[in-house]
Formats: sequence, C-alpha cells, structure tokens
Amino acid sequence: MSEKPEIAPKHTIAVLVDNEPGVLARVVGLFSGRGYNIESLTVAEVDASQDRSRINIVTSGSEMIIDQIRAQLERLVPVFNVVDLTEDGPSVERELALVKVVGKGENRIEALRVADIFRARAVDSTLGSFVFEVTGDSGKVNAFIDLMQPLGLTEVSRTGVVAIARGADAM
Amino acid sequence: MSGTEQNSETTTLSGAEILIRALTDQGVEVIFGYPGGAVLPIYDALFAQNNIRHILVRQEGGAVHAAEGYARSTGKPGVVLVTSGPGATNAVTGLTDAMMDSIPIICLTGQVASHLIGNDAFQEADTIGITRPCTKHNYLVQDTDEMGRIVHEAFYVATHGRPGPVVIDLPKDICVNQGHYEKPDLENLHHKTYRPPMEGKATSIMRAVEMMAGARRPIFYTGGGLINSGPEACARLRELVRLTGYPITSTLMGLGAYPASDDRFLGMLGMHGTYEANNAMHDCDVMICLGARFDDRITGRLDAFSPNSRKIHVDIDPSSINKNISVDLPVIGDVGKVIEQMLAQWKSGGYKPDPSALNDWWTTIQKWRSRDCLAYTQDTDIIKPQYAIQRLYELTKDQDTYITTEVGQHQMWAAQFYKFEEPNRWMTSGGLGTMGYGLPAAVGVQIAHPNSLVVDISGEASFMMNVQELSTAMQYRLPLKIFILNNRWMGMVRQWQQLLHGSRFSETYSEALPDFVKLADSFGATGLVIERSGELDDSIRKMLETDGLVIADVRVAQEENCFPMVPSGAAHNEMILADDQNAERPKVTGDGMALV
Repeated sequence: MSEKPEIAPKHTIAVLVDNEPGVLARVVGLFSGRGYNIESLTVAEVDASQDRSRINIVTSGSEMIIDQIRAQLERLVPVFNVVDLTEDGPSVERELALVKVVGKGENRIEALRVADIFRARAVDSTLGSFVFEVTGDSGKVNAFIDLMQPLGLTEVSRTGVVAIARGADAM
Repeated sequence: MSGTEQNSETTTLSGAEILIRALTDQGVEVIFGYPGGAVLPIYDALFAQNNIRHILVRQEGGAVHAAEGYARSTGKPGVVLVTSGPGATNAVTGLTDAMMDSIPIICLTGQVASHLIGNDAFQEADTIGITRPCTKHNYLVQDTDEMGRIVHEAFYVATHGRPGPVVIDLPKDICVNQGHYEKPDLENLHHKTYRPPMEGKATSIMRAVEMMAGARRPIFYTGGGLINSGPEACARLRELVRLTGYPITSTLMGLGAYPASDDRFLGMLGMHGTYEANNAMHDCDVMICLGARFDDRITGRLDAFSPNSRKIHVDIDPSSINKNISVDLPVIGDVGKVIEQMLAQWKSGGYKPDPSALNDWWTTIQKWRSRDCLAYTQDTDIIKPQYAIQRLYELTKDQDTYITTEVGQHQMWAAQFYKFEEPNRWMTSGGLGTMGYGLPAAVGVQIAHPNSLVVDISGEASFMMNVQELSTAMQYRLPLKIFILNNRWMGMVRQWQQLLHGSRFSETYSEALPDFVKLADSFGATGLVIERSGELDDSIRKMLETDGLVIADVRVAQEENCFPMVPSGAAHNEMILADDQNAERPKVTGDGMALV
C-alpha cells in the first residue's frame, strides 16, 4: 500500500489456534513481517482437552489492512478461526492491571479514595506502598493509571485486552 | 490428521525408516539432497532401499530449485533432503522462492539431537525459526511415533489450497529411535484446521458470469494459479475463452496455461508486457482475474491501474483478495473448479456477449497490436538477444521442450519471444526473482522428463550463481542445453542504471568471465560459442544435435534493453517502447525512483 491510511481505527481480533509449539511465534511473526501493528496481545490455553489456545490481538489499520490481517491469520495452518470482534457486532473487552503506588500521608489516602471509585482492590500493602488490582476496559485502566501518576505511581503491569462477543453465539 | 486406517499391522522401525516408508507411501520417486552429519541415519535408510532415487546436488540451494523444477514440470510435490545448520540455511533462498511462486515442496532438514537443541551445537541452526516466514508451514518432529503422521500432514499442507513449501525438521535421535508407523488412508485425510475451499460460492459464480456477459471491453487476466490447478484447469480456461471470445493476457507465471499462438492471446502483461495487453488491462470495463495476485510487476502505479473496470478476482487464497487492488467481486476457490462452475453457469444461462461491443473492443486491440511493440532490428551481424530466442523457439517448438530461465533481461525476452502452448513447460523464478534458479531447475525438470529437451535460457551472470550444478547434471548424464545470452553485463540492472541512474554503471560489468567452452570441457560437457547472427541457426542445431550437456555461449548485443517497459511508479498506458524518442530518458521521478 503506497497511500497512508488516513484514520486507523482499533480492532480487537480473536484467534483460536491449535496449541502447538511455535504457534504464537507464527502469529507475531506475521504481524512484524508484514508491518502490521500490535497494540496489545494476550494468549492462553482455553480448552485443554482439545489443545486450543485463544489469542486476542488489538491492532489498528485501514479497512483494507484489517481485512488483510484477518485473511493472513486465517491462512496460518494451525489457526481454527479468526473473529474481528470490533467488526462483527458488540463485544465485551476487559483488561487487568496491577498498579504500584508509593507514598505517605495525604497522597496515600487519596490513592485509596481513587481506588475505591474505580473499584480497584489493594492486593498488597506495606506502610509506604500499595499494589492495586484494577479491571475494566482499556479506557478505565488508562484513567486509573493517569490519576495515580501524581499520587506516587512507580510501576504498572497490564495483561492486555481479553475480549469476547456479546450474546449467545460462540466463536 | 485423521483417516481410516487401512493397515492395522504396526511394526517397529527407526525414525529414518518410517520417514522413507511414509515418503514411499506418498509416491515419492525422487529426492534432491546433500548429506551431512545430522542426516546420516536418513541416508543410511535411503541406502537400504530401491524405491526412491536420490539426486546428489552440489549445494543445498540447488536442491530446492531442482525440486521446484521437478514440481513445476510434473504437478507433483518436489522433495528435498538437507542436513542441519548450513544445509538448512542454504535451502532458505529456494524455500522463499517456492513460497513466492506457490510451488509444493517438502524440505526435510536434519537437526542436532533433541537434547542438544538450543545449545549452539555443531551445525545447529534454529531451522524452524529461520524458515517460519518462508514456508507455508513447518514441523519439528519431537517423537518418532509422530514421524509418519507429520510426513503425511506435510504433503497435505504443501499440495492443498495454495501450494507452498513445507519444512520438516528432523532431530538426529528421532531418526535413530524406534517407533510405530501405519499407512493412513491417504485418499481420506482431513486436516483438523486447514481445509481450503475448492468450489466458489454459487451466488458469486452467478454474479461473475453476469458481469462477464454484460462486459463491453472484457479481458481475462490469468496467472500461475492455473498451472498449479493443473492441466484440466487450463483446458477449461481454453473453453471459456473460446466460448466468450474475450481477449486474454497472462502473468509471467501463467505462461502456457493458454496457447500463446492463439489469436485471442495478447501476450504477457506487466512491466515488460506487451503494449496491447497493458493497454487492454488499462482500458477494460470488466477484468476477470483467474489465479493471479495483482503483483506490483503487474499493476504498475496502483492508483492508475485499470481505473474504469469492475474486477472479478478468483483465487484460492483469501489473503490475495484486496491486498493490492480492491476488487468488486472476489470468488474464493480452486481456479479450475471455479472455471468449471462458470462454464456450467454460462451455458445453462444461455449467455451471449454483446457482439458489436466486442467487435469494437477487438478493433481497438488490433490497433494496439499493430504497434508491434516487440519489434527490434537485427540489422548487423551482432546477434540481438531477442533474435537468439526467436530462433531457439523456431528450432525447438516442434520438439517435446521444457524451458527454464534464470532472472533478468534474458528471462523477460524468453517470456516475450518463446511461445508456450502448454502448461508446465515454463519454469522461471517469478516472485522472488532468484538468479541462479534456471540451471538447478533444469536438472529437476530433466530428471522428471529424461527423454525431453530441456533448455536453460540463461544470462552469464545468473549462470555463474549456481554453476556448480553442472557437476550434478554431468553425474546423472543429463543432456541439458544451456543457452547463455552473454552480454557481459548484469543486463537488467545495467538497463535500470542507464534509464534511471544517469548511465552510472556501478558494478554491473562482469570482469573475468570464464571461457564457457573450456568450462564445459572441464566438466566433460560440450561448449560452443555463437558470435554472428549468420551462424546462429546452425549453431543452435548443433547444440540440439549434440549428445549430452551443451553450453552455448551466445555473444549478444551488449547494450540491448528490454522493452516495452512500464517504468517504476508509472501506469500501464505510460509504457516506454523500444523505438520511442525518449526511451533513454523515461519520466521517473520522486516516488518511482524508490520503487524496485
């Protein structure tokens, strides 16, 4: 593609794969080799009896590129199914973050207050620090992290997006 | 893979024996390979059997190209056996070549013993990691009991859907250990994830036929997919063209699918395609793309590519659809099957194209044709390369001939001037453009067709890239005819330097070329030099009549350029023709300069 896409909306793509060695490398190599973007990626086995894993990829690109990504993923031999959750109807997206905040006095109290508003749980605490667990869509997690910034944020660990289509139909 | 078991008897065999047995069950007759430490158990198993013939190449890269030539000329997958480390890395170019041109290859690579993997052992390379992007799929066998299943699955993957190369990496201990093997029911194998569609959707076929029938300026644009689909697909294509009366053009990879001598054939399209083919593509109103992929060598400038046409794209690989060019109607399926469906639909619907529109269209095409874009002047005694190929064609066309090429000007001239009437007769490196492909590919073709005439149309620079395979050809007494268009330049690069880089010929002149006659002599082959156009016919006849391998060193005009040419970043209707006043100075600027 010679022309640059004007807008590059985000798409969440779910890929059901045979859990064979190297399958993640195949998927990731496809994205790097063809110059596609990966904004987040999660992978875990979802069906041990059938050896299937699910990869959720958040990517961005023009409609033509997203269609290409989907077709290229479908072309990989160990791929069962590819669904563009953004395109194919409403879906639920969640991300989990562990956020470490170090501080004393008023900042510490304010951090707890903010955590309460975001329904974040303190999963570890010392006299000078908290580790909060927050879940939600990426926007909520971003907002929480932004608010923690002035309150002593020192470290963040995020899972990346997991997503699933709404309704009764399974992929 | 699952399949009903035919043979319930299981025996314990070494991994190497299972491998050979599975290959035999797949009907493999020939392996192109080169031994080494990690594959010694496999060579031992080969030694103990008589079903499979091993062809010893001189470098592993040659083995893959030979297997490509074998595959492309027979329609069967080509099989390669190389050792670990450098054996596998040498095979990478050939694998990439097969990937780009969709050639079914099974490449067996040795690997260090399982417990050494990851330890930087002697001749260890991460073959699976290295070959992942240049194969359709690859396998590391981790259990001897899995050997048979993986081999059969690899053949299934390599030959189903869009064909391609598959690597099986074989750790040495897995080949030595004992395991079980049962021959599966090969007719009824199913892959658990990979099931490419064969038939096009009925609704798409109906829409496609309606679009075709309603066309006023139609064109068939056909590609290598037809060759991969097989001779039946090519026969159906001929019927479809006959039935519709529409003009047809072909990519480099598709030559031979439709007879070049037929009046409806406009010649090759693309960068060095004909004036009539490219103009017809530009001006058509309905384009029917059959088994081609809108490669950049075909399209030229994307935003100026056939701007006013509606496009039907038939491809077995959904990722080819809308990759470079947006199409109006994709049809996913095997091109031979889809054409069969189209024929049935056309006939049952009683479709008839508009005769007056078609007549006007053909009149326009004839006007372009009369431009005689491939014209050249053979006015002196110096041999024009185009003339050399024309004479070679005239003197070999009535024989059972297979042509391979290397990459560059000679390849394009061969595509323009050698007329292919049948599929599987033309072996060339299209997508990757691998210099050095032609000689080993010719080895593979001649092994598959021992009694046919196999000519490698070559350039002196490409020939030097895999010249060691002369030794292979001599070992198996292959009577290859190597027809070198020798202009002492890396001609296509020289042409680009002349046209695009102010004639600054940086590093493209071949100093210190060998004496090809003496070279032939040193291998025990026959060499001959052809210097004057007057002696060309006699010398070609001599080359054809001489027993055994012949190298013909054809000294051609050194600075001849290959035209027509659609320069980088230009549109189809902006071609440079040989007799243009401005041919020396095409208007290529800015973005075009950066394109390959």
